[in-house]
Amino acid sequence: MTVARAQAVVIGASAGAVQALSHILPQLPASYPLPVLVVVHVPAAPSGLVALFSAKCAIRVREPEDKEPIVPGTVYFAPPSYHMLVESDRSIALSMDEPVLFSRPSIDILFESAADSYGAGLVGVVLTGANEDGAAGAAMVAAAGGTVLVQDPQHAFATAMPRAARERCPAAQTLPLNTIADYLVRLGAI
Amino acid sequence: MDAALNLAAGEPVEDIEIHLLLEALYRRYHYDFRHYARASIKRRLRQARTQLGFVSLSALQDALLRDEAVVTRLLDYLTVQVSEMFRDPGYFRAIREKVVPHLRTYPSLKIWIAGCSGGEELYSFAILLHEEGLLDRTLLYATDINPAALEIAQSGVYALDRIAAFTQNHQRSGGKSSLSDYYATAYGRAVFDKRLRDKVVFSDHSLVTDAVFAECQFVSCRNVMIYFDRPLQDRAIGLFRDSLSRRGFLGLGSKETLRFSEHANAFTEFVREEKIYQRREA
Repeated sequence: MTVARAQAVVIGASAGAVQALSHILPQLPASYPLPVLVVVHVPAAPSGLVALFSAKCAIRVREPEDKEPIVPGTVYFAPPSYHMLVESDRSIALSMDEPVLFSRPSIDILFESAADSYGAGLVGVVLTGANEDGAAGAAMVAAAGGTVLVQDPQHAFATAMPRAARERCPAAQTLPLNTIADYLVRLGAI
Repeated sequence: MDAALNLAAGEPVEDIEIHLLLEALYRRYHYDFRHYARASIKRRLRQARTQLGFVSLSALQDALLRDEAVVTRLLDYLTVQVSEMFRDPGYFRAIREKVVPHLRTYPSLKIWIAGCSGGEELYSFAILLHEEGLLDRTLLYATDINPAALEIAQSGVYALDRIAAFTQNHQRSGGKSSLSDYYATAYGRAVFDKRLRDKVVFSDHSLVTDAVFAECQFVSCRNVMIYFDRPLQDRAIGLFRDSLSRRGFLGLGSKETLRFSEHANAFTEFVREEKIYQRREA
């Protein structure tokens, strides 16, 4: 099987997100060569995610501004109340379009635009959550030739989101949480 | 989504269709979305295609070239903006505490709400200015490219279920009165006081194609330019610079920045965390 060289990672998480991401992001080394774009469903108002994960992580963690160029070795959290998209020139575009599936930021919107931009070079990861956001996006990542990983619902805090992603995207690989971190670290070492 | 379309060699078919459709919209109707941020516009066009019932963007383009009614419906997808009154209360608090003392020194004021959409931002400014005793000497320009949005702004009518959020924001922005002083309710809707818009000029104006029309002391344009690509952002920011009086103020959205603009040097950060900039002396 030929695999395109990974160019970026997108992650979506909802209920139980902080705990799940705490198993993944701190494992990424400071020299991690890929950008990691993350949508977490949080209430409006400052999310505190950047402060929380900056303290735990070796890799750089940011909440991006509109038109910010995407650089490797950085985790980008979608700002509360904004959708986060990837432009074809690999910069970040924010939008205040209506919520999708009651969510803004929306995992589907990030995954869809990143799939358009990175194609087979994209790795999409759907973690714990109690809704269906990310399922359509995961299918688009796979359709563009990218790789989709889904947290094993059996061990997820909320099972609905990984289950929905697996249903919509049969090509997805189901992995336990700690294996997802290993996978992403190994991707960075290739 | 039509993944098969992307398997062909060369540029994806959909990207070609988007380019042609935006060109058609411009050449036929002079709505210019050619320099809108592509990722968002692509998503909106995909939505419009599905919901208006076309099999492809080419089919949608064919219809809009021949039927003006299709254009009107498409505009609702392309220009949809979601806002609320006193959105980001810290922004309005900063205006009240740090900008208003400067504005007081002018005998008359002009303020431009660029991309006013349904008017939420406009009424927020009008109320703030009234509370600070400045509304009587202020002329407000409220501009947008969407005629339907301008009509809503001009009517000042909002669904009652939005008022709780507006009221909370108004209080958190340092509001000096009760928001309910400014509207009457009827038939499940809130109608804002006509006196708030006595000195408002509502006008069709495009940041893409139109020119400077007045000299202002404050331009507020929040979460509009996120939909523009970099060259178009630069055009708009250039317009704002040329519209502002010496040491006039420019307010952007909380995640927008002049950092990536070619005009960054024309401004200084006035309230950094609230994205309020001040025009440098020439």
